[in-house]
Amino acid sequence: MTEQVGTYPSDEQVGPSRITHGYVIVRRIIGKTLAYAGLTAVLTITAIPFLWMAFGAFKTEIQLFEYPPNLWPNPWTNNFPLLFRAIPFGHMFFNSWEISILATLGALVSSAMAAYAFARLKFWGRDQLFIIMLATMMVPAQVTMVPVFIIMHRLGWIDTHLPLIVPNWVGWAFGIFLMRQFFLQISSEMEDAAKIDGANAFQIFLRIFVPLSKPVLATLAVFAFLYTWNDLLGPIIYLTTQEKMTLTVGIATFKGFQYNRFDLFMAGALISVVPILIIFVIAQKYFVRGITISGGLKG
Amino acid sequence: MATAELAPKSAVSRSRRMRRLRENATGYLFIAPWIIGLVVFTGGPIFGGLALSLFDWDTLSAPEFIGFDNFIRLPTDERFVRSLHQTVYFTFASVPLGLTISFLLALLVNQKLKGVNFFRTAYFLPGVSSVVAIALIWGWLYDGHTGLVNFLLDLIPGVTPPLWLVDTRWSMPAVIIMSVWRTMGFDMIIFLAGLQAIAPEYYESARIDGANRWQLLRHITLPLISFTIFFLVVVSIIGSFKVFEQTLILTNGGPAFSTYTLVFYIYRHAFQQFNMGYASAMAFTLFAITFIVTMFQWRMQRRWVHYD
Repeated sequence: MTEQVGTYPSDEQVGPSRITHGYVIVRRIIGKTLAYAGLTAVLTITAIPFLWMAFGAFKTEIQLFEYPPNLWPNPWTNNFPLLFRAIPFGHMFFNSWEISILATLGALVSSAMAAYAFARLKFWGRDQLFIIMLATMMVPAQVTMVPVFIIMHRLGWIDTHLPLIVPNWVGWAFGIFLMRQFFLQISSEMEDAAKIDGANAFQIFLRIFVPLSKPVLATLAVFAFLYTWNDLLGPIIYLTTQEKMTLTVGIATFKGFQYNRFDLFMAGALISVVPILIIFVIAQKYFVRGITISGGLKG
Repeated sequence: MATAELAPKSAVSRSRRMRRLRENATGYLFIAPWIIGLVVFTGGPIFGGLALSLFDWDTLSAPEFIGFDNFIRLPTDERFVRSLHQTVYFTFASVPLGLTISFLLALLVNQKLKGVNFFRTAYFLPGVSSVVAIALIWGWLYDGHTGLVNFLLDLIPGVTPPLWLVDTRWSMPAVIIMSVWRTMGFDMIIFLAGLQAIAPEYYESARIDGANRWQLLRHITLPLISFTIFFLVVVSIIGSFKVFEQTLILTNGGPAFSTYTLVFYIYRHAFQQFNMGYASAMAFTLFAITFIVTMFQWRMQRRWVHYD
């Protein structure tokens, strides 16, 4: 940094190099210490509610409201047998997996197909339809919530899993958008070669585009799965029988009107959060990449 | 197509037409599921909802056409006005607070430090957990007498902590704090992506010019991530106007309606009282408000968003 000419040297650059060096090292150590202190402080704020929940799941209700609050349960109580008697846990756990997997699968298949058509096929009205699709992304679900509920009612799908699964099989605007951007970047060489070999559009899609887009598909799968697993509004509107509910909603409704037992809430919250945290930690790199690609998804 | 030139003209145009027809058919086959979805689950319901908002319908008796009465009723409905007011309160408190915190977090995790990836992942965990689980936990942490939040606040001398969820003045701030806590990791990652897209040369040349840290932040970082900020402001405001799950689980709209929000009120009317027409009118009002706010921001962006 000493050979700079025609700039405004700061004090540290003017001084003898040995002193500058020591000064820089001290500053760097202080900087790093502060950075780690900050990181740890935020980590504490993020982690404490989770830790409190995890240990709270093993406390009695009296212990939960002890003052001053204690993290460690003493003695440990197993709340899960009571929880499983209070709610049909096995059904709900299975329902959550069933609905999340089928919804995710449908969202991927239908979105990939539409994205491929929008990116690679020529058909009448394509660009206009694409703009319509972008416009549907702006419309909040609350606007269509009531009419869609009436349609589901007419179809006789109330209190079944179909209203939570079927709408995913008819295209997911965000997924179509993200995948179309990805398909547009794929070079046409392989596609042209396959065409010369007599492959049709469906074969090209299945054999070339789908294998190449595995990372994007994985990203979208994580998004769709998390969304369905955590969704409250959909299941709360469509499901009335406890045995048909998802875990998230089962625990939510059981707060509302049946029990007011915080020991069971903590056990229930723990059980509904653990699978999602495991999935997230495994699929973390896809998730973060998806957010980076798309610039985010909220609400 | 050398052979085509030798063939009679009509045959050429017919084969071309056939091919174009087949191309069109293939295209539509691929988007067929989406078209069905558009008609049945998005486009159709939008018009259906608009029509429904002109009716009085309790799902049991026949719908009765009442023109714009549902919309006229809105400003006189005290709960609606209150819900709107509380939604705006939630939005204009949680968005600036949340984005400021997540931006500072992004600066924090954008440093080259060992193990920083671990911290990034950890900050993200609240955002992937369900609002239901989060709200159940926070409902307990917020307990006025024995909750952890007030235990910690009690340690600070001179602070008398509020009773949070049972105090009408503090119930909404409680919802806001929980929401910010939940989404800050999400927004942090988006900010981080914006920060990492800035070429290091900008900083180097500014540092050579003698700029200090604050000047770097003010004159390089902020202008260069202005698009990210803009994007997050738009998306967060749209998301905040739809706040529902937090208030449903944490407070169920209470105490004394102090956490009623628009979507909460719509949900009440649509699925608990079955006033489908009135609920639709409110949903479209919500849509109109978010649309106008978004358009306004789109207009304003020219004043402060920089594009390369």
